[in-house]
Amino acid sequence: MTRVAVIEYGIGNLGSVVNGCRRSGVEPNVVRDGDELRRAECDRIVLPGVGAIGAALEHIRERGLDTELHEIVVRQGRPFLGICVGMQILAEHCEEYGRHDGLGWIPGTVRPLAEKGSGLRLPHVGWNDIEPDADEPLFRDVVDRHFYFVHSCALYCPDDLVVGRCTYGERFVCAIRKDNICAVQFHPEKSSSSGISVLRAFFQS
Amino acid sequence: MLKRRLTPVLYLREGVMVRSELFKIHQIIGSPVSHINRLVEWDVDELILLDISPGLETYDLGRDDHGEKGAGSLLEFTETIARTSAIPLCFGGRIRTIDDIHVRIRHGADKVAINSAFAQTPELVSEAAKEFGAQAIVISIDYRVIDASARVFIRHGAFDTGVDAVTWARRAEDAGAGEILLNAIDRDGTARGYDTETIEAVSQSVEIPVIACGGAGHQSHFNECFELTSASAVAAGNIFHFTENAYPRAKNYLRRKRTDIR
Repeated sequence: MTRVAVIEYGIGNLGSVVNGCRRSGVEPNVVRDGDELRRAECDRIVLPGVGAIGAALEHIRERGLDTELHEIVVRQGRPFLGICVGMQILAEHCEEYGRHDGLGWIPGTVRPLAEKGSGLRLPHVGWNDIEPDADEPLFRDVVDRHFYFVHSCALYCPDDLVVGRCTYGERFVCAIRKDNICAVQFHPEKSSSSGISVLRAFFQS
Repeated sequence: MLKRRLTPVLYLREGVMVRSELFKIHQIIGSPVSHINRLVEWDVDELILLDISPGLETYDLGRDDHGEKGAGSLLEFTETIARTSAIPLCFGGRIRTIDDIHVRIRHGADKVAINSAFAQTPELVSEAAKEFGAQAIVISIDYRVIDASARVFIRHGAFDTGVDAVTWARRAEDAGAGEILLNAIDRDGTARGYDTETIEAVSQSVEIPVIACGGAGHQSHFNECFELTSASAVAAGNIFHFTENAYPRAKNYLRRKRTDIR
C-alpha cells in the first residue's frame, strides 16, 4: 500500500485533496509540519495549494516544511506532486503582491498571466483543455483533457521540464516534471474523473 | 480554450432548500441532500450554495455550539459535499469576518461569496484576498433596475445602496475580489431570461470573471446570455431543481450550439 503524505500548512481547502486521494484509492496521512512529515515515512508526497503565494511560502517556512521537503524530495528523491500554488512555490522567484523567494527547486519564475488593463480576465477560473505530453505518465489514463483551473499566475521555466501546456491569453505551463518532482497548475482534486486519473497515476508511478 | 460554466445555485434557509422568487417568496423544498446528489451525478461545472437565513446580524454560522437551527448542519453539509465529490464549491451568505471565511474554507468551500459585508466593511475583502487569494473571494451583487439604472441592494434586497452595479463591481475588483456573482432581483424566479444588458455592462467594466444569475426559464436563455454577454458563467436555481434532467439537457443543448462548453 502506497503511503501518501498530504501537506497541510494552514491555507486553502485540504478536504478536497484528501478526498481526491481516497477516490484514487489511497488513504493519505495529513502532516502539518516538518517533524510530522519526517515521522510519516511516506513514499509519496502531495503539496496542495491555493491562494496567495507569499502567504503559502510563509506558512511553509514557519512550519519547517521547507527544509524537510528539501531533504526527502530533492536529496532523497521521493516522488512529489505539487498542485497549483504547490507548484508555483517551487520556482526561484514569485511575483505576486510583491516579490518572494520560492523554494528554488525548479529554475524559473512565477508571474501573472497578464498585466492589469490587458483585457484578459483574471483569475483564470474554470475548465480548460490541456495539451499533455504524449509520454508523460501522469496523463496516461485521462478520459478527456478538461481540467479545472483557478489561478492568476503561471510558471515560466525551461522547456525541457514542461510536460503539459494550456492556453489562456497565451500558452502557459500547466504541468512539469523534473525527475521525481512533478507539479500541475490545475486542480486534479476538482477535475472530475480526469483529475482522479492523474492522482492515481502519480500514486502508482 | 477556457470553457464557459453552467452553474447551479442552491438557496438554503435555516438548513433547508428553498425556492426564491423576486427575493421574497420562499417555498420550502426540503432537504437539499437529494438535489445535491443529483447535481454531483450530473458532474456540474461548479456549485454555489447561498445561505439566505434571516437574522443576518445575530447568526454566527462559524460557531456550531450556539445551536441555531440548521447553522451547524449547513457546514457539515458543505463538508459532506466536498468529501463526496470533486465539484468546485462556492459558499455564500452571512459572512462578516475573516474567521467566517476560514470556517467555510476549512469545511470544504473553494470560494466564498460576500454580499452585504462588502458595503459595511470593504476592507474585509482586501484582507481576505491577501489571506486566501483573490480566487477565493467572490463578491455577490444584487440589483434592481430602477429608472433604467441597475441599483445595488444589500441585506438580501432590503436596503438600497444608491450605487449602480457597474460602480459597485469596479469597487469590488479594486478591493481584490476574484469574481463577481451578479444577481438580478427583478428576474429572480421569473423565468423570463437574463438581463443581458446589465450583465454585459458589468462584464465590460471589470477584468475579473462575472457569473450571471437571475431569470433562467429555458435552456435557450443560457445560450442567449453567452451570445450577448461576455459573462464567464451563467448560474440558475429553479430550472435545475424543478425540471427533470434540466442540467444535462441544458449542457447537451449548449454543446450543440457552442464550442466553449465542457
